[in-house]
Amino acid sequence: MRKFFVLLTREVRSYFYSPVAYIVLVFFLFVCGVQFYTQLSFMNGQAVSYSVQEAFFNSVFFWFAFVLIFPLITMRLFAEEFKLGTIESLMTAPVRDWQVVLAKFFGALVFYVVLWIPTLLYFAIFQVITKQPAASSAGAYLGSYLMMLLLGMFYVSIGCLASVLTKNQIVAAIISFCVITVHFFSGLLSFIMREISSATRQLLGYFSAIEQMGTLSRGEIDTRPMVLYISMTIVMLVLTHQAFQSRKWRL
Amino acid sequence: MIKVENLTKRYAGHTAIKDLSFEVGKGEIMGFLGPNGAGKSTTMRILSSFMPPTSGRATIAGYDIFEQSLQARAHLGYMPENVPLYNDMRVTEYLDYRAALKGVPHRRISERVGDVKELCGLKDVEKKLIGALSKGYRQRVGLADALVHEPDLLILDEPTSGLDPNQIRQVRDLIRNLGKQHTILLSTHILPEVEMTCSRVIIINKGRIEACDTPENLLHEIRTAGGVVLEAKVGNENGAEELKKITGVRDVTATVDGEWQRFALRVESGADLREEVFRLAADRRWAVRELTQRRATLEDVFVEITHADDA
Ligand SMILES: Nc1ncnc2c1ncn2[C@@H]1O[C@H](COP(=O)(O)OP(=O)(O)O)[C@@H](O)[C@H]1O
Ligand SMILES: [Mg+2]
Repeated sequence: MRKFFVLLTREVRSYFYSPVAYIVLVFFLFVCGVQFYTQLSFMNGQAVSYSVQEAFFNSVFFWFAFVLIFPLITMRLFAEEFKLGTIESLMTAPVRDWQVVLAKFFGALVFYVVLWIPTLLYFAIFQVITKQPAASSAGAYLGSYLMMLLLGMFYVSIGCLASVLTKNQIVAAIISFCVITVHFFSGLLSFIMREISSATRQLLGYFSAIEQMGTLSRGEIDTRPMVLYISMTIVMLVLTHQAFQSRKWRL
Repeated sequence: MIKVENLTKRYAGHTAIKDLSFEVGKGEIMGFLGPNGAGKSTTMRILSSFMPPTSGRATIAGYDIFEQSLQARAHLGYMPENVPLYNDMRVTEYLDYRAALKGVPHRRISERVGDVKELCGLKDVEKKLIGALSKGYRQRVGLADALVHEPDLLILDEPTSGLDPNQIRQVRDLIRNLGKQHTILLSTHILPEVEMTCSRVIIINKGRIEACDTPENLLHEIRTAGGVVLEAKVGNENGAEELKKITGVRDVTATVDGEWQRFALRVESGADLREEVFRLAADRRWAVRELTQRRATLEDVFVEITHADDA
């Protein structure tokens, strides 16, 4: 366990050594800020039936920026170690493969969570200035941030898998970007395809991140997406571990 | 400390090492010598559990590298070829991280890291980014990393490659000092290094062990040990042909320097033919300005062994 935390600490700190992390941080805050601002100005102009917090978490512009950050934060995880050769000093230290895989996964996840912390401020500031709650209930905050965490876990694990497959960071970024985008926008299928039965629509809805977000951000905590994303994350991490181990035999 | 039995490694369609067997005893400094592509790094990567062999087995400090890989790695300090390091970390920070990763107890980390920084001469650069260090300092960081958890055994892959002569000497002295407490397996293709540091040498070529002995014995056994150098004015005679007639001379190469000629004689082992050469020169009334016995070096051994099957 101690080895895992040693590795995890290095992974988290290594984000703050690299300029990429700061670029992602600034980009993400910028997009969130713009998003918050435009949603607020829109709501200023007319009456709407949703809360500020729901609006914030449910627009397409925001989603698009959202899928972009995962390739950026995960591409270097393994690919950089392969490229620099540091994988050799790492794996000849007495550490187990799964400790390395989990440390890299949780390291990226910690950075992802850090990205989200400043957004809490938006709602706090809104509340202080307007003396109105930004969300309909506390559960709504919990739901939206929970959804962000679940989806983040799954996408980070996809990024891990992409990064372990190559020593070229750009290739890793492209693979994870494609997979994440396809997964994410497959949730829009039920909006695009009109001639499908309601059963199919419901089925698609169950897997659609956008619909799940809609539900959770209203504060309806649904355990189905939790099971879905946690199990898919585990599958991705097992695959990452397998691919990481097979590297030895491919050499 | 190291026991290797019938180790074989095949890369896709190409055998890098074939049926390697050797042992390194406690306290030995074993030199692993061979031309580029001989399979030195491959062997070391297998011993450090970085990759599995195709067949064969090996133990490190009594632990099987495959079945007890974690214990084997804990007893081993390994410095990979070209010393891969995280360029964005600082020296002390990196060594602290490596010490913790290799299981040095928390309260002993700063003491251990302080010790290895002292030993490897890293005090001046301890706060620098690794990416900003010169090659020589990177090499020392790699060595400090290999030493930080007080391993019984060090495996160093080309610890002096890419260094200037002064740095080579410093690293060599360091290794020799380390040899007092550690068992060391070091690879190199630089010959004087082995002669000066190692207690035993394995010469490997094309994935096979060609020789394994002390440097002295290798020198002794070599068939074309050393030779004689003669510089003389031979006029119109064919000096090389005449010299070849002396029994014990294997071949002669001549280089012309104005009216002087320089002959390098390769001779059968152990023989000192200076007297015979002198008699011949006196006989023919050649003027002589140099007549010396050249000692065989490991370089001769190396060239002899690694070229034997090309010829
Ligand atoms: N990853 C690899 N894949 C395929 N062949 C390799 C690989 N690594 C090394 N080789 C080959 O194995 C042989 C031995 O290489 P190596 O052990 O690096 O030699 P040395 O360290 O003695 O210079 C070389 O012919 C090299 O081309
Ligand atoms: Mg090598």
